Amino acid sequence: MLENIISELEKQFQLEAVDHNSSDLVFLTIDRDHAVMAIDLLKWKFGYKHFVLLTAVDFLEEGKFQLTYILNNPDTKTDIGVRVRIDREDANMVSAHHLWPTVATYQRELKEMFGIDFPGSPRLNDPFILEGWEGTPPYRRDFDTKAFAASFYHQREGRTTNDPATYMKEKLYPNE
Amino acid sequence: MSKKEFFPMDGDRTKYPEIKSDGTADIDLSSHKYIKLWHGPNHPGITGNMAVELTLCGDEVVEGITHVGYLHRGFEKLMERRKYIQNFPLVCRIAVPEPDYNEYNYATCIENLTGIDVPEKGMWLRTLTLEMARLQGFLMWIGGMAGAIGFGTVGQWANYCRDLVLDRFEELTGGRIYHIYILPGGVRNDIPEGFKDRMEKNLREIEGFMKDIRRAFFDNYVFKKRSVGVGYIDPAWVFDYGIVGPNARAAGFKHDIRKNYPYAKYAELDFEITTAKDSDIYTRAFLRFEELLKDIDLIRQILDKMPEKGDHISKVSNMMNLKIPAGETYVRSECTRGEYGYYLVADGSEYPRRVNVRGPSYTHGVALLEKMLVNVNIADVAQLMVSLHTYPPEIER
Repeated sequence: MLENIISELEKQFQLEAVDHNSSDLVFLTIDRDHAVMAIDLLKWKFGYKHFVLLTAVDFLEEGKFQLTYILNNPDTKTDIGVRVRIDREDANMVSAHHLWPTVATYQRELKEMFGIDFPGSPRLNDPFILEGWEGTPPYRRDFDTKAFAASFYHQREGRTTNDPATYMKEKLYPNE
Repeated sequence: MSKKEFFPMDGDRTKYPEIKSDGTADIDLSSHKYIKLWHGPNHPGITGNMAVELTLCGDEVVEGITHVGYLHRGFEKLMERRKYIQNFPLVCRIAVPEPDYNEYNYATCIENLTGIDVPEKGMWLRTLTLEMARLQGFLMWIGGMAGAIGFGTVGQWANYCRDLVLDRFEELTGGRIYHIYILPGGVRNDIPEGFKDRMEKNLREIEGFMKDIRRAFFDNYVFKKRSVGVGYIDPAWVFDYGIVGPNARAAGFKHDIRKNYPYAKYAELDFEITTAKDSDIYTRAFLRFEELLKDIDLIRQILDKMPEKGDHISKVSNMMNLKIPAGETYVRSECTRGEYGYYLVADGSEYPRRVNVRGPSYTHGVALLEKMLVNVNIADVAQLMVSLHTYPPEIER
């Protein structure tokens, strides 16, 4: 079943990689400009109408983001993961909110957490989880969590222990 | 009964607010026709710490915007900095009332990518904990649903019943809320002696309470009057808005991952998918009640069919420094709210490259809720939210 769909896709798009995870889950990589068209085809022609998730994976050392769209066909009970590699420096992708309204929420989160732009996606720049965030988007791998925590939060001093008898004496009768 | 009477809030929106050419509502706050009201983040009718920014025209909601982030702890980011095994105490906190689904999905992702086998008894014990998690999750939800519209006593009964299940969790795993019981290769402990009898005693007590809850709550005129015909989910929205679980089944979509994609030992259990068609708050509530009763039956089946002897976990060498070959996988399971999924990307190191959690609340609590809030009466907002059964940490994980 999945082999037929992949061979159909290969006729229309150049698939950069196809990885069979199991008999009912396959991941394939398509170039940025054709990915949403392939997703459109998978939804309307091949019945992958359940949009499972959209997320990004940061391959910092390669200078790339991988966007993964997982689509499910509830009739054939199979899943296809569509992977797209985009440049980290110019991180933008064609929006897919016209296919499922709920995709806009995922894209809004990716804009905030990874700094990936989806031109035309509704309410893309509205704060989602963070409010008033400036600087490197926090889910990028080059975001220094330790430095952020050190600069943003007040560092508490460590605990001190006192001898109870001496402590109470000094507290209650400081002049004696 | 005419449609107008049955769906009283499906009213005429032509007067206020006017709809602009881009499809959004033209809300001019200075016209004094509208007021802004923040519903949450601390409100008895809110499911956890999230807020809804409501715009009201009289007592009718014309716009609702979900605000999350009050519980954001950056789980997915934290997981990238920890070894695979170190993430188990983290993942369970993503859905507090049902931590076991996080443990199961995360452990299964690791098993898929490494080829670690789970022994027969380990699988049965996983199935048992997952069903117990569903049972106590539904019981807690009944408490929230009843509380949202003023049935506090029913909420107390349901939470007492949940405590009985938590007692058994404590006996089985050592923890009441967070269990950290499911590990790659199986589960942490075997079932204690006499567990089955004690569980049976608890299940009978819960069944007794369920008869009372049905009479006091689900057959109650006030509850029916407030929930029938309110909060309608159109079956056509199911795929557009990623609606899963009881919310989709109440709209007639016959889909249950336990049945359609059998995992653990569900293929050996006898149960049918519960569906309904009216798709309003009452239908969703009653469907969850029916699923709760089925969960009781499933726990009995699991305890009857589980082998007495056998390993509960396979031997995995050097789990602390486990390295997973480069690859990716997606694992799903059916929690009380629907499809719960984990997408894990490994890069060959001791740390995950990326873990993404697909919680049902992500779609239910944002896009769907914002759509459903329009034209709802302000008094129905709380029960509408609870009827979608959202957990905010799943949205902002």
